[in-house]
Amino acid sequence: MSASKSIRLVACFSALTLVLFSIACNGGGSGSGSGSVSLTGAGATFPNPLYQKWLSEYSKLHPNVKIDYQSIGSGGGIKQIKEQTVDFGASDAPMKDEELKSAPGEILHIPTVLGAVVITYNLQGISKPLQFSPEVIADIYLGKIKKWNDPKIAADNPGVTLPTADITVVHRSEGSGTSAVFTDYLSKVSAEWKEKVGAGASPSWPVGIGGKGNEGVTGQVKQTPNTIGYVELAYAVQNNLPAAHIKNVSGNFIEASIDSVIAAAADSATSTPEDLRVSITNAPGAKSYPISSYTYLLVYKNQKDAGKGKALVDFVWWGIHDGESFAKELRYAPLPADIVKRAEAKINSVTANGTALR
Amino acid sequence: MSAVTENDKLGFARQYSTWRRALSPTGNTGDAVFRVLMLLVALLMVGIVVAMVIALAADSMPSIRLFGFGFLTSQVWNPIKGDFGALPFVYGTLASSLLALLISVPFSLGIAIFLVEQAPTYIARPVGFMVELLAAIPSVVYGLWGIFVLAPFLRVYIEPALAKLLWWIPLFSGSITGIGLLTGGIILAIMVTPIISAVVRDVLTAVPGSQREAALALGATKWEMIRVVLVNGAPGIAGAVILGLGRALGETMAVTMVIGNRPQISLSLFEPSYTIASAIANEFTEATGDLHLSALVELGLILFLVTFVVNGIARILVWNVTRKTGGVSRAA
Amino acid sequence: MECNAEDRRGEQGCLMVNYSNADRMRRGISTLMTTLTGLCTLLAVGALLIILFYIAYRGIGSLNLQFLIDRPRPVGEGGGIGNAILGSLVLLLISSGFGLPLGICVGIYLSEIGRGRLGNVVRFIVDTLTGIPSIVTGVFVYAILVLPMKHFSAFAGGVALALIMIPIVARTTEEMLKLVPHSMREGALALGAPQWRVILGVVVPAAAPGIATGAMLAIARVSGETAPLLFTAFGSRFFPESLNQPIASLTVQIYNYAISPYDEWHAQAWAATLVLMTLVLGINISVRFLTRKKF
Repeated sequence: MSASKSIRLVACFSALTLVLFSIACNGGGSGSGSGSVSLTGAGATFPNPLYQKWLSEYSKLHPNVKIDYQSIGSGGGIKQIKEQTVDFGASDAPMKDEELKSAPGEILHIPTVLGAVVITYNLQGISKPLQFSPEVIADIYLGKIKKWNDPKIAADNPGVTLPTADITVVHRSEGSGTSAVFTDYLSKVSAEWKEKVGAGASPSWPVGIGGKGNEGVTGQVKQTPNTIGYVELAYAVQNNLPAAHIKNVSGNFIEASIDSVIAAAADSATSTPEDLRVSITNAPGAKSYPISSYTYLLVYKNQKDAGKGKALVDFVWWGIHDGESFAKELRYAPLPADIVKRAEAKINSVTANGTALR
Repeated sequence: MSAVTENDKLGFARQYSTWRRALSPTGNTGDAVFRVLMLLVALLMVGIVVAMVIALAADSMPSIRLFGFGFLTSQVWNPIKGDFGALPFVYGTLASSLLALLISVPFSLGIAIFLVEQAPTYIARPVGFMVELLAAIPSVVYGLWGIFVLAPFLRVYIEPALAKLLWWIPLFSGSITGIGLLTGGIILAIMVTPIISAVVRDVLTAVPGSQREAALALGATKWEMIRVVLVNGAPGIAGAVILGLGRALGETMAVTMVIGNRPQISLSLFEPSYTIASAIANEFTEATGDLHLSALVELGLILFLVTFVVNGIARILVWNVTRKTGGVSRAA
Repeated sequence: MECNAEDRRGEQGCLMVNYSNADRMRRGISTLMTTLTGLCTLLAVGALLIILFYIAYRGIGSLNLQFLIDRPRPVGEGGGIGNAILGSLVLLLISSGFGLPLGICVGIYLSEIGRGRLGNVVRFIVDTLTGIPSIVTGVFVYAILVLPMKHFSAFAGGVALALIMIPIVARTTEEMLKLVPHSMREGALALGAPQWRVILGVVVPAAAPGIATGAMLAIARVSGETAPLLFTAFGSRFFPESLNQPIASLTVQIYNYAISPYDEWHAQAWAATLVLMTLVLGINISVRFLTRKKF
């Protein structure tokens, strides 16, 4: 192939892409003149579907504000907001004290929605949802309860014939906010778990096989008999997975649902600290679902750019008010009213160069 | 009287000509420019790799300082307690890549031989395309296919059969879930095959026809003729296998979905395992503790070292093989 | 009927008497091995077809024109991958623009110029580069491009992909250049051409189909990469407007959809995979066509 031919080839390809590019620029974008603002956010995968809905609805109301959100994981969200490569972060678990101290400025946690972790299983011949007490779940994941017909499981499920098979435990293989919430719960209900394993996004699981993502765990559980696993509520509902009822602090076996998750948040409101960083697993309250959690947006209290900062606080304000109406249809639990009030106060405290933005 | 003496001018000319000769043995300026350009590009590559190693080493300093050499021998991986060790990951990486090559190299050679020596052009072209197309499937898709199709297939048909026939080999003991080292190795083999077979195809095509004709004229059967061709192309085939090995060592997404991600060392192929690339991919985005991050970066550094060592061994093997068989001159 | 030496070649009913058992064994092995190679190919093609079928079966339902030109929309509103297709093309262009020339140059160096110790060192280093997990390359480019610029960009994504491409292209180029017979080089040199003209004008064109194979393998490889893009190009819901901003890509979009809880998004992920593979196939075919040997 001669030199001229290869030059022609490259020129063709470049021309083609430039043409496509210019078409896209004219057809798709609204052009970035003055008055249009772009924001980028990154973080948790759990609320991603809801945030995408928010961004789409918000841009219908404010076409000059272009916001992008990518779900790269809660840890990624925290990292990027600390590095200031994004305008806002998102995380399921709140940032720890050391992380907040090492950030270049003060970071506020704004709760947006609630989620729940559901225990799912694959057992033949079981028609009603299984019931579990917290210690049983911890013992299963510690490897101490090995068979399905163990007396401890039977005690929670009177009248149900459990198979004699071994329990195959499935957990998340990668670091994830869901694992963080689940292990946080297990640490609260089992001293042995707290000592042996602890709570975090990437625990060292004593037993079990790892599935990648909610999809991986669901796939494993659906296809392998006699498995037990944990997934997010939205996932369980979407895939019609059986979900266990779990005994909460008050002694009731509660089904995971939007209402029981809201109850967990509402009944914990009094014990929620001022900066809104809280874990609501094993919450008090008769109707609370024990494995619930918030998810947060992370914003700097002092915004560097007034235009971007204003657009950001307006969006977050809209999110915790009008945005909540989209939560239920996507299987997320909206915030209880008093938490919304406290979040409003946080948003109002965001400033740029000393002046409040709202 | 000029300050520059004849001696000076001579010395200068000598230095200049030495440089010229080094830069361009042919004496042509175009050549000198070309050689310098190519050298610069090659050094750029070296520079990038050196920069990567330095960056990796710098970021893994906290972990190196804390664990020292124990990192290489410890089997514990506990991000919450802050205790890290690399041995299970090194084992998983080497085992899965070795398994992938064991499965893939014979297949790739077979495919390349078939397409070059036996198939007529109207079959070879499209089939060759199709095999290369395997390389274009995103690894995420491989992983999903692995979970939904390959793992159940292995769990229901292949692994029980292997366990029944070969239960006395520790390789085939263990619980059968469909997710484990074997599944990871097979997926890697499928991903690596298009690379090896495509390059080997080109290598075999370039072997001069005179070699084939000479072998046949001496009475060789078709297979014996193919063997001659293979020996001829051995260095190129080795290069292809090294490329494939590189892909296998670094593959992330597909492997992590089917290998079970359990940091343990077990002789059984059915048991879950964990590779370095999977560990980095799984935990990097969620890791916020500095020690956790630097342990992950140190894993990346170790993968670099593993690749060095494996490549070195491969090179020595190839050198020995080509020395013995003498290689074949490519003049023709 | 016995054969004599002259009519051994395939006379009907002619009995070949002078073949020994060893000959028969050799012929048997030959037939066995050639059949095995055919089986290997069948298996590989079979695997591809199985995977393709599965992708098509799960994704064909979502494939329509709207899907190909629209931006992504929230769950339940349809949406498409138009911006992702464009983004992937742009990223491929940037990465090939860097990766192919640099890779070919390194290959030329390794094969023609760098003999001896420096060449061995460079070759060794390039081999090591092929084994780096793509996520490590992504993190490296993140550290040297994204952090100083304080934002993600298509440019950073292209550079990350280029770093993955270069070692593949370099090694295959080197192998293909080495396979060009010396007689071609000697002939050109004898005609008085300087070395650089010999390389660029004779050797490289002679190895062009092989180099194209390497380029195609590299392009196919990077077009399936997700992890490095997550840290560099980041992803976007909008059509690309500048190389200095985040940009969408097919692989990141597929990844995002695949790990979501919604069947609708899963179907879109599979459909997007079909589109991606068609794209790569298209590039493959067109470059092969243009670099085919005509003599």
